[in-house]
Amino acid sequence: MPRRRRKEFTFKLLGMVATAIGIVFLGLFFASLIAEGTSAFKQTFLKLDIELSEDVLAPDGELDLAYADFDGLVRTALRAEIPEASGRRDRRELYRIVSVGAAYQLRDLIAQNPDLLGTTQSLWVPASSNVDMLIKGNIDANIEEALRPLSDKQIGWVRQLQDQGRLESRFNRALFTNGDSREPELAGIKGAVMGSVYMLLVTMALSFPIGVAAAIYLEEFAPRNRWSDLIEVNINNLAAVPSIVFGLLGLAVFINWAALPRAAPLVGGLVLTLLTLPVIIIASRAAIKAVPPSIREAALGLGASQTQVVFHHVLPLALPGMLTGAIIGMSRALGESAPLLMIGMVAFIVDVPGSLTDPATALPVQIFLWADSPERAFAERTSAAIIVLLGFLLVMNLTAVILRKRMERKW
Amino acid sequence: MTETSTDKPAPPAAPERQAEPVVEAAVLHEVPGRVTELGGVTVGNTKCENPFMVAEDVNVYYGDNHAIQNVSLEIGKKEVIALIGPSGCGKSTFLRCLNRMNDTIETARVTGNITLDGKDIYRKEQDPVALRARVGMVFQKPNPFPKSIYDNVAYGPRIHGLAADRAELDNIVHTSLERAGLINEVKDRLDEPGTSLSGGQQQRLCIARTIAVNPEVILMDEPCSALDPIATARIEDLMDELCEDYAIVIVTHSMQQAARVSRRVAYFHLGLLVEVDETDRIFTNPQHKLTEDYITGRIG
Amino acid sequence: MQSTTLILMLGFMSIAAFFYGRRRSLALVGGHGHGSALHSLPGYYGYYVAIWAVLPALALLLVWVMIEPRVIVALVVNALPDAYRNLPPGELNLLINNIQNLAAGDVVSVDVDDVLQDAATMFNAYIEKSRQFLAVLALGMAGLGGAMAWRRIHPDLRARNRVERVIRWFLIAASSIAILTTIGIVLSVLFEAIRFFQKVPVTEFLFGLTWSPQTAIRADQVGSSGSFGAVPLFTGTLLITSIAMVVAVPVGLMTAIYLAEYSSARIRGIAKPLLEVLAGIPTVVYGFFAALTVAPWIRSAGESAGIQVASESALAAGIVMGIMIIPLVSSLSDDAINAVPTAMRDGALGLGSTRSETMTKVILPAALPGIVGGILLAVSRAIGETMIVVMAAGLAANLTANPFEAVTTVTVQIVTLLVGDQEFDSAKTLAAFALGLMLFVVTLILNVIGLSVVRKYREQYD
Repeated sequence: MPRRRRKEFTFKLLGMVATAIGIVFLGLFFASLIAEGTSAFKQTFLKLDIELSEDVLAPDGELDLAYADFDGLVRTALRAEIPEASGRRDRRELYRIVSVGAAYQLRDLIAQNPDLLGTTQSLWVPASSNVDMLIKGNIDANIEEALRPLSDKQIGWVRQLQDQGRLESRFNRALFTNGDSREPELAGIKGAVMGSVYMLLVTMALSFPIGVAAAIYLEEFAPRNRWSDLIEVNINNLAAVPSIVFGLLGLAVFINWAALPRAAPLVGGLVLTLLTLPVIIIASRAAIKAVPPSIREAALGLGASQTQVVFHHVLPLALPGMLTGAIIGMSRALGESAPLLMIGMVAFIVDVPGSLTDPATALPVQIFLWADSPERAFAERTSAAIIVLLGFLLVMNLTAVILRKRMERKW
Repeated sequence: MTETSTDKPAPPAAPERQAEPVVEAAVLHEVPGRVTELGGVTVGNTKCENPFMVAEDVNVYYGDNHAIQNVSLEIGKKEVIALIGPSGCGKSTFLRCLNRMNDTIETARVTGNITLDGKDIYRKEQDPVALRARVGMVFQKPNPFPKSIYDNVAYGPRIHGLAADRAELDNIVHTSLERAGLINEVKDRLDEPGTSLSGGQQQRLCIARTIAVNPEVILMDEPCSALDPIATARIEDLMDELCEDYAIVIVTHSMQQAARVSRRVAYFHLGLLVEVDETDRIFTNPQHKLTEDYITGRIG
Repeated sequence: MQSTTLILMLGFMSIAAFFYGRRRSLALVGGHGHGSALHSLPGYYGYYVAIWAVLPALALLLVWVMIEPRVIVALVVNALPDAYRNLPPGELNLLINNIQNLAAGDVVSVDVDDVLQDAATMFNAYIEKSRQFLAVLALGMAGLGGAMAWRRIHPDLRARNRVERVIRWFLIAASSIAILTTIGIVLSVLFEAIRFFQKVPVTEFLFGLTWSPQTAIRADQVGSSGSFGAVPLFTGTLLITSIAMVVAVPVGLMTAIYLAEYSSARIRGIAKPLLEVLAGIPTVVYGFFAALTVAPWIRSAGESAGIQVASESALAAGIVMGIMIIPLVSSLSDDAINAVPTAMRDGALGLGSTRSETMTKVILPAALPGIVGGILLAVSRAIGETMIVVMAAGLAANLTANPFEAVTTVTVQIVTLLVGDQEFDSAKTLAAFALGLMLFVVTLILNVIGLSVVRKYREQYD
């Protein structure tokens, strides 16, 4: 008997450990994500007093924003702060403290306020990603100089600026307002988010009506025969087909055969539509099944046609369940990346897409791209992008849960 | 096969009824319980004076299951006819043939002839939807739509275009509720969901909903089986009033109810229509052994 | 005219058609009060006319948009000088691309000469003309269809039935998209795979031991260059899948047992949603975690134990994939365990068995078919998983069973072969489709068996 009891105990313990593994992993995962990613929401900025000199910007008296030497202004201001950087090499190293984004910032400022021309402005411009990493403690200043991206001199200057209060950690707006960039401090997820949004719009617009229509047909109209059995088996199987295969379909059919543009959210949306359709159909069928048959009978008995029964009674009652399924399908689509790689959405795209046919990428693909980048600063941003992605997913799933709760109260 | 099918064109006549059934009954009393032997023979009188719906030789199959065999029955204008019999005897199945609710069951197949006002309701051009507007149905369990009381009653008139404007629709809803004896209880809360009413009120709402479409025949499938005695009594009173305007076919498990509300009674047994007669007659002097067994409680 | 404008105009026409149809139906019976003289509600007559106005026009629009580019390209190419027309297909395609880009005002990859410029102008002119034609034709068709339907309105017209028939056809079409998708998948991978097998023999693909598709870039000797022996990919996939299953099956199964048999309702209420969260995390996130956290950790752990571990070891990818699959295994096992009738469980407990004995001797054997079906689905999921292996497993096609070495998988190779701009006809890209075909067939078989086992098992106890 004690042996049996011991076995019983071991068995139970094994179960607890197994359950714990999944949950511990989840905890570990979120902890590391937050530890890694939150710092990316902050970015180090450098305060420079920049003289928006007319001589530099408009040497011919004519200001041409595309060619004006904003870079020069930034450099001049930087040299004024650190006068001891005098040689050519020193200066070049000095310039690397500040991001190339500083010049763009000046350009945008002048574009909005041409009156500022000729004045001197005290501006916070983004520091380069290496400086940012140093400030955040991700670069160890004590290791050998050749092994770190910042030289001793650069670190010295950074400390000097820090002591003068010219360095400050501020909210990293670029992360949310910029597209992708080679420079980590300028890279943002807006392009990817917009790409995902466009794709999901296409997916939602197609897969919800089609999925609901298919579910209605299969539940309410289709005769039970071989054909409907085939459709049923087919839908269940499609739900389990690897997503990358849908990517192959998209590549062969939408891009090569239908000649739709590569990397366009339209194509991505179409592929994701096919991918989410089975999910939505299965959920919608369950929702339709949950509508009590007595309601159908009541309407039929009053002389409503089958179609009227469906559209006047079944559909309104099943809609919350269908929406729940659709949201779950959408959240699956939002996290999907493998099929998008197939249709060319992995390109490096700086511009924020403005239409369904502009080349774009998607948030998970952006994560994939950044995860591949060697820079330390990108690792941090990858985590931040993941946090944003999980945030979207959380919101969607919460909505689904709330909808489901609502639906349960119905009858 | 049945006696009615042979002389269908003839007007309903009394003489037969007196001659034949007695003989039949006598024979049957000698072989009690041998159901198969009476296949297709209905004793009593399946005809009535003013037939409005006429079923002839109706057979219903659910797949391979022969649910109803050779049933012939006439339903008169403005009469209440009760279909009684033990569970699974086919009375509900027969009822659902009368407004083609069986169409919604895929495996169901109906043969024979059912006419409404002289026209075959299973003819090809007949829209079952239009038929169901003329032959309304009240179900076993009250099944109001999960909508407001008003919308429950207004739904039928809306889909059939019975009201030209809102005022007319209001009027239909009001009179229907009134006729269903519900108006006093709900007139101040027409916006509340129909499901918030009590069971008996819900069933009266379903009746109001049915008469709002202005049907000619109302089919009731055990309308009181889910209700308490008081609610049942109200519905029975209501049926008394309604039969002034409509033909009512009611399926019931309760012989008392059949005796109280109906003018004629049809007794079904294992898919066969065993006996049809005036209510008084069938309860005092059943001519078939099975009928007698049933009303005396020997068949559950 | 822009196609959006056209669609908008068609939309307006259909709305107008609706009102005209409705009005006519009412007018025929003498106004609102006599609606019951109509067969259907007046609105249905409106829909009837609207459908006739807009559906044929939309169909035309669709067909037109599908064939327009092909026709125009053919016309433009025909008008090109012979020297251009007789270019090899690849270069001709490039030329056409450039013409199209030039016409659209985009960046062009070559110097623009007169021929190109003329062709682009011509291209634009054709498009312009085509659009005008289309607009006139579509709007005309809408008007005509609407007018004809409008004239056909009669109180006895079964407008509702007709409208409902159109709705029903729409529903049928929607449900057949699922079938079309499957057909599309089969055809697209099959055709390209067949083209691949024309260049590389099937036997070499299935049984060859070396995989190095990169050399096939040399276009002049396609087929003889590069080697497409997919065995290392299959073994790599198998290795990672096995590791994943070694993690997922026991953990998932024990989790299901614990949650079903031992845990309190409160723990179940917490653990189940958490596991669902685990299932809802995008695979790219798992991949990131595998590559940047788990792989270095395994490597350093291995090194401290004196084992040589590749930085992209099969182990890292396999373990993380296993964790990803835990929720799938546990929820399917949970279903299977819960489907075992309580009477069986109570019987065993009543005979004095401990819970674990009941579980291992009675419930698990009874639930085994369901669990096995679930595991098959999990295996299929692991085989088809892409992002984790792309990010954490390597590209090296090693033929090895050592989990510490880097291996590559079928999905990784599909991605590497197809990402980036490639000529679509090379053996290299076609190989991806051949791999896709393998992947589809294998997962399909697993899914069909798994799903039918799960379903049969469920029915058995229902």
